[in-house]
Amino acid sequence: MEIMVCVKRVPDSAENEIVVKGDGSDIKRDDLVYSVNEWDNYAVEEAIQIVDRVGGSVTVVTIGNEDSEEVVRREMAMGAHKGLMLVDPAFEGCDGRGMAAILKAAVQQGKYDLVLTGAQADDGAGQVGAMLAALLDWPYASLVNLIEVKDGVLSIGREIEGGNQEINEISMPCVLSIQTGINEPRYVGIRGIRKVASVEIPVLNAGALGLDAAGLGPAGARVKRLDYFVPPAGVGAEMLQGSTDEIAAQLIDLLKAKGGLK
Amino acid sequence: MAAQVFAFILHKDGKADDSALELVAAAKKIFPDTPPIAIVTGAGAALDAVCQEMAAAYPQVWKFANEVLAYPNAEIIRPLLLKVLPRGGVLLLPQNTFGMDLGPGLSVKMDAAYVPDAVAIEGLDGATLKVVRQEFNGQVSTHLACDISKGAVISVRAGCFPAVEARSAGGLVVDKSADAGGLSARRRFVEVLQAEVGDVDITKEDVLVSVGRGIGDKENVPIADELAKAMGAVVSCSRPVVDAKWLEKSRQVGTSGKTVKPKVYLALGISGSFQHMGGLKGNPFIVAVNKNPKAPIFQVANVGVVADVLEFVPELTEKIKEAK
Amino acid sequence: MQPALIAPANAAFVGIPAKIIFILIPLVGIAVFAYIMKHRIEPLLQAAPDPRFSRYPERIRAVIKIWLAQWRHPRYLLAGVLHIIVFFGFLTLAARSTQLVVLGFAADFSLPGFGGAFGHFYSVLKDYAGTAVFICAVILAVRRLAFKPARYDVPERYGQDHTPEAILVLGLICTLLVSESLFDASLVAAQVAKGQPTHFLSPLSLGWFFGHLLGGASLPALQGIHLTAYTIHDLTFFFFLCFLPMGKHFHVITSLFNVFFMRLDYGNVKPVRHGVADSQLDGLKSFGVKKFEDFTWKHMLDFYSCADCGRCSDRCPANRVKRPLSPRFISIKARDRCFKLYPLWGRKPEESQPLIGGIYSEDEIWSCTTCGACEQECPLGIEYIDKMVDLRRGMVDEGMVPQSLQKPLSALEKRGNPWGKMEKKRADWVAGVGDGCTVKLFEKGEAAETLYFVDSITSYDDRMQKIAQATTRILCAAGVDFGVLGKDEKDSGHEVRRFGEEMLFQTLKEQNTEAIQATEVKRIVTADPHAYNALKNDYSNLPPVKHISEIIIESLGSGRLKLKGAENGSKTYVYHDPCYLGRHNALYDIPRRAIDAIPGIRRGEMPADCRDRSFCCGGGGLMLFYEPEEETRMGVVRVKMARDAGADVIVTACPFCLVNIEDAIKVAGLEGKMEAIDLCELIDRHIQR
Repeated sequence: MEIMVCVKRVPDSAENEIVVKGDGSDIKRDDLVYSVNEWDNYAVEEAIQIVDRVGGSVTVVTIGNEDSEEVVRREMAMGAHKGLMLVDPAFEGCDGRGMAAILKAAVQQGKYDLVLTGAQADDGAGQVGAMLAALLDWPYASLVNLIEVKDGVLSIGREIEGGNQEINEISMPCVLSIQTGINEPRYVGIRGIRKVASVEIPVLNAGALGLDAAGLGPAGARVKRLDYFVPPAGVGAEMLQGSTDEIAAQLIDLLKAKGGLK
Repeated sequence: MAAQVFAFILHKDGKADDSALELVAAAKKIFPDTPPIAIVTGAGAALDAVCQEMAAAYPQVWKFANEVLAYPNAEIIRPLLLKVLPRGGVLLLPQNTFGMDLGPGLSVKMDAAYVPDAVAIEGLDGATLKVVRQEFNGQVSTHLACDISKGAVISVRAGCFPAVEARSAGGLVVDKSADAGGLSARRRFVEVLQAEVGDVDITKEDVLVSVGRGIGDKENVPIADELAKAMGAVVSCSRPVVDAKWLEKSRQVGTSGKTVKPKVYLALGISGSFQHMGGLKGNPFIVAVNKNPKAPIFQVANVGVVADVLEFVPELTEKIKEAK
Repeated sequence: MQPALIAPANAAFVGIPAKIIFILIPLVGIAVFAYIMKHRIEPLLQAAPDPRFSRYPERIRAVIKIWLAQWRHPRYLLAGVLHIIVFFGFLTLAARSTQLVVLGFAADFSLPGFGGAFGHFYSVLKDYAGTAVFICAVILAVRRLAFKPARYDVPERYGQDHTPEAILVLGLICTLLVSESLFDASLVAAQVAKGQPTHFLSPLSLGWFFGHLLGGASLPALQGIHLTAYTIHDLTFFFFLCFLPMGKHFHVITSLFNVFFMRLDYGNVKPVRHGVADSQLDGLKSFGVKKFEDFTWKHMLDFYSCADCGRCSDRCPANRVKRPLSPRFISIKARDRCFKLYPLWGRKPEESQPLIGGIYSEDEIWSCTTCGACEQECPLGIEYIDKMVDLRRGMVDEGMVPQSLQKPLSALEKRGNPWGKMEKKRADWVAGVGDGCTVKLFEKGEAAETLYFVDSITSYDDRMQKIAQATTRILCAAGVDFGVLGKDEKDSGHEVRRFGEEMLFQTLKEQNTEAIQATEVKRIVTADPHAYNALKNDYSNLPPVKHISEIIIESLGSGRLKLKGAENGSKTYVYHDPCYLGRHNALYDIPRRAIDAIPGIRRGEMPADCRDRSFCCGGGGLMLFYEPEEETRMGVVRVKMARDAGADVIVTACPFCLVNIEDAIKVAGLEGKMEAIDLCELIDRHIQR
């Protein structure tokens, strides 16, 4: 099976403090550490495991600039067979649909049976995979936490409310967005990355993808981010004060009143 | 020149989801004078019940009844909506596992804009809608400008808009089931596997003692057990605790866990992420204990204590036992 | 005069001269033994290299102390003393056994130099040696069968009980001793019967008893006993010889070599492959031990040498808290695997399968805290830490790292500390030092004579920052000119290396070495034993490294540092030896002297569990992130030991020990009854300013 996995280089929100710049135009990025989007990493691991079972190859693709190369290389160190970078100044300022259009061009240059994305990334939109499927006119499923390859179809599980799992059968080629916890991604260390340090990663620009730069970027975007801000804190909780004993006593009174003590 | 605005209604077992009544308020923020139309898909008597319920809150309800719609499959519903929604229309969805599945792809097919997970709608200026979203796991907020001249699909976060009171005055239920004929998709729903029930059903409890990452380690969970026992309550938790295997999944409160409606909720060492709070419904009395005074939970709790859970909770347990 | 009985060399069995049989038995025995040994040596020849053919004076010293003087045996007193007797008994009887073999075809043979007075002396010696060994063997068998000491137990998952093998060997030993004694005794009894001068039977020896027992037996009977006893001895001897390489008694042969080649330096870790320099590591195809042949020949020799005594597992903290690790079975399982892979007959059964997922499980290998208690205890010089590290290197190479460790490793790579905190905040703790003490910052271009290497936990953890602050106040009071690296300091990488991520360790080491060399300091001081061990034993080309306790003693000695009276004279302070200060670096006394320097302080010990028998607190570095399967926590076990020793305050000299012990005090429910304090905090509180 030929699988393409879309990955994104994002600030590591766990290891960073996200602080908004004074003018609100962006977050402060100088001290940020970047890595592959966690959901995308699960997707790559899943793709590698599928190919280990049924054969084929995994191609990792990203839209970005030269900084993004480290992420593609890391996923190749993990076991992806090929990497692909889509880089063009015209791509900057795209909205989700613009990104999906770029990825569509890359998908159509190959013969893929399956395209995987992470369920969401740093902006929490979770949209690109679904839009890509719509542009390609392929079936789609989001929040996938189980994939079984059957004859000509995939049996998949989706994580839905209440921790339940919705089982579906989906025909190929299709696009799936992958939820965390689907597998346990293998470790990639410095050594693994060094091993793939000299592997060639092709870079394609708008022209090579057959895309009209005019339709992309801010001009083609229907949704634009205006600024970043931190909302003013609301009233919030009544903070109890005093010694531990006093606080505990106050709390007990409140709990009694609200029916919390039986 | 307001376009038509629609709200997709999710329902289960004949009852509409809480989001149904919140979408009305969201719709009004966009087009204050345009009555929103509820779209309900499904089959059988359950569908009828929901349509009646929605008729009390929406001036117009479009009903689509067909066996293939009995379980909400986004891949089937998308082509249906594409057929029946007018050009330039605005569709509101709840931001949940269904909304994420349906919305983005639908917006592309409709050649409309897509706004995911809106937490606030500021208003319409000509054809530009200003919306507030969050990024980086809720650490920052952003203002978005969205060109809705060609229509829009907007998913709305739960609990961000007030649920309207359902009036008894009748809305019109329009049966459009004829349009739902001949639908097919390349994704077939098979079944739903229920999450394991486990030894305790937290969804039925009135008082919950909930632990988060702040409990530190599996060995400290008994500290919460002791408190729960003294209070006559039951222990629940947030997702990181389940991921770390300190408690079973059946104890997880949150959008990917269980939805609970207790009277009293103690959040111990829980930061208060949206995904966790999304599982807390009703209007419980929330007590938060956390050693980080800036934890988001203190925004939503009624009462807060800044303390180390491992130090404060055993003290509280002692005092409760003494008071008995 | 005719001998009282026909000697074995002169006897005949159904017309065939017995000589032939008694030449054949040794020849066959030796041939079989050589065949077996060849097969046992074969895997060692294909193993990874391990350069141990150097530093002979030290090695000879080790052999004399640990092998000959059985230095480690009395740590388990009863078994130890019994073994010492058996060991010296065997050594003594070696000459007699050799003589006996040759007597089978050369009557009246005695070894050169064993004639005359020495021979008589030896004869008495060997009589008592044999008797002593016999008594010990009986005691040992009773101990095994009736008292069943816990450390010999074989948990179900490790297979069958090993008692039958032990009893068999004890039986063989007794057979050898009894047959030898009967051989002598029967001759003496015959001499008595014939009125000839008797050979001397040492009073109260086995032979002496048999001699009396056989008094009155007929001559034909005595002849029969004489020859039968000899034959049994001959057969048993060679059977035993060939049996040795088949199980745990291989140690009888290999122990001398294993101790000769045992590790001479402590605290360090073997390179990924001996002979491959750090700069050449990128060229290696595979890291670590994945299949059996990846072990070095010394590690394979270790597996052969394991005597199954269980002392390692008895002291292993991971085993005590019921993690899936028992060092004894690391050795036994590998030995059995080796025997399967290199069978004595038939071809090699299969391609060598990976060890992890085969004889070892992932959690089994991750459970080790590298505390070194096992290596400290082993009377045969078996090494464990290097094997664990090599197995981990193999797992890391294959991507098999537990999810709980992947985040801190990634954070170490990106931010130089396992919590992913920002580099520029590494020296934030300096703000809280106070007391008119200035801390120079090398990151700002300042210069000093001494570097205080803080390391990650002490820099970033709220609680541990107090150790850094106390340490700097001590350095100030002692008049030391020092500075810290601040954001240029990276994690020392101590656990990174021991958890098998060698390349990340190399990166951290390079960065730190560069930063340290740029400061041009003359010496390094640290309060973190893991950093101390890393800088001292893992890094190279650095100025000398000292632990803060050494500075304290130096300064007390010179008078620069003065301490005031104990703030609490009634509490008992008990010092817990951190693994990386104590066992690995032999710094036991200096921290104790530092505590004792506080006038009026009451200090106690955990007598059975202190110094090189200290019990690991739970581990440091990456071990804080690992989620083990265990029944209780190591820290809790340790805290209870301290409580039983009457401690009110546990004094540690390691930030990880402090984390684990403070945590354990809470979990054990001893809050309010027990406290923990760092050595630096204790000294800082008592500085006379």
